[in-house]
Amino acid sequence: MRKLLNTLYVTTPHAYLSRDGENLVATVDDQERFRVPIHNLEGIVCFNYAGTSPSLMSLCCERGVSLCYLSESGRFLARVSGRVSGNVLLRRKQYRLADADAETAGLAKAFVSGKVLNCRSVLMRFARDHDEKEGSQEVAEAAERLLVYFRALDRSLSADAIRGIEGDAARAYYEVFRHLITEQKESFAFRGRSRRPPLDPMNALLSFLYTLLMMDCASALETVGLDPQVGFLHRDRPGRLSLALDLMEELRPYLVDRLALTLVNNKQVSPNGFVKKESGGVLMDADTRKLVLTEWQKRKQEEITHPFLEEKISIGLIPYVQSLLLARHLRGDLDGYPPFLVR
Amino acid sequence: MMVLITYDVNTETDAGKKRLRQVAKQCLNFGQRVQHSVFECLIDPVQFAELRLRLENIIDPERDSLRYYNLGNNWKSRIEHVGAKPSYDLEGVMLV
Repeated sequence: MRKLLNTLYVTTPHAYLSRDGENLVATVDDQERFRVPIHNLEGIVCFNYAGTSPSLMSLCCERGVSLCYLSESGRFLARVSGRVSGNVLLRRKQYRLADADAETAGLAKAFVSGKVLNCRSVLMRFARDHDEKEGSQEVAEAAERLLVYFRALDRSLSADAIRGIEGDAARAYYEVFRHLITEQKESFAFRGRSRRPPLDPMNALLSFLYTLLMMDCASALETVGLDPQVGFLHRDRPGRLSLALDLMEELRPYLVDRLALTLVNNKQVSPNGFVKKESGGVLMDADTRKLVLTEWQKRKQEEITHPFLEEKISIGLIPYVQSLLLARHLRGDLDGYPPFLVR
Repeated sequence: MMVLITYDVNTETDAGKKRLRQVAKQCLNFGQRVQHSVFECLIDPVQFAELRLRLENIIDPERDSLRYYNLGNNWKSRIEHVGAKPSYDLEGVMLV
C-alpha cells in the first residue's frame, strides 16, 4: 500500500510559497520560515493570500502534489492541477456509466447506503456509551429509522428515489445530532445543518472539516485517474466536484462528524474561538483553525484495518483506497463498489 | 527510511568549492539541513539510489568523502537533538 505523505497547511496570511530546486520554501516578510523537499509532501493547503510562485505550481503538478486554495474562513477557492493525465479509457467509461440510468442508480445506492450505515454507527456508538443520558432514547430510535431507510434503498430503482431517501436519512440524523454533544451543550447547541455561511460554531466546525475532506477526496480520485467532476449521486454542475462529493458521503460520519464531536466533547475547542460576522455567519479564529488542522492531521495518521481489503492503512488513505476500488468497479474488475463501512 | 548524509569536500581549489556547493544543493533537494554538512533525508530506496548517483557523480573520490547512515524506518527513537537550530518533524503536523 502507498505511504501517506504529509500535508502542509499554510495559515500565516502573508506567507509566500516559492520553489528552490526541489524544495518548497515558505517566506514571511522576506524571511525564510520553512523549507521542505517536495517529495515529502502529498498536498499543500493554503489559507494565505500572498500566494505561490508559478514555478512552485509547476513543480507540484509535475510531482502530483495537490495544491489547493481556501479562503481565510475555509471556503474552497481554487485548486491547481496540471495537464489531464491518467487513463482516458477509464474516464470515458466513467462518463458512459454516468449517463446510464441503471449504473448511476447502482452507484448512488452504494454511496448512500455507506452514508446511512456509517451515520447509524455514529448514533449507535453514542447510544451504547451513554444509555442513561437524556436523548439516548431518541438517538436509538433515529438509528432504527436509519436502518429502515437502508432497507428502503434496496427496493428503489431510480437515482431520484435514492436521492430522496438520502435527504430523509440526513434529516433524521441531524435531528438527533445535538444529543451527541455532551459537553459545552449551550455554546455548541446544534439546530440542524446550516452552511454558506454556517450560523453556529458546530456548523462552522463541520463545514471546515468537510471542505478538507472534499479536497482529499478530489485529489484521491484524480490520483487514480477518475474525473472528480462527473458524479453519480450528485448531478453535474459547472465547477462542482460531484464525484468527490459522492465519495465523501460515506466518509463524513466516520472521518469528520466523530472528530468534530470529540473536539467539542473533550473541550479542545472552546466557544471563544468562534467569531460572529455581521452577516450572521460564524467563523473560527486563527488559533482554533490551527488546532483543528493539527487534530485532523493527527487523525489521518492513525491506523485502521480496512474492512474490505483487510489491510492495515492510515485513516488518511481511506479516500485513496475507496477511489481505487471505485476505479476497479468502473473498469469492470469488481462487480460492485464496496462503500467504506465502519465496523 | 531515514538516511543521514554527511560529507567532507576539500575546498582548497575553486573546483573544490564548486563541488561543495553542488553536493550541498543535491542534499538539500532531498532532505533537511540539520548542521553545516549534515543532512537528514526521509526518502524511499529509489530516491536514495538517485541521490547517491547524483552525489557520487559530483565528488572527487581522491579528495572528498561522503558517509551515509541508514537509520531505517524506525528512526524517531534514534535521533535526539540538543541546543540551537531545532529541526522539524517530517512526519508530524506541518503548519506555517
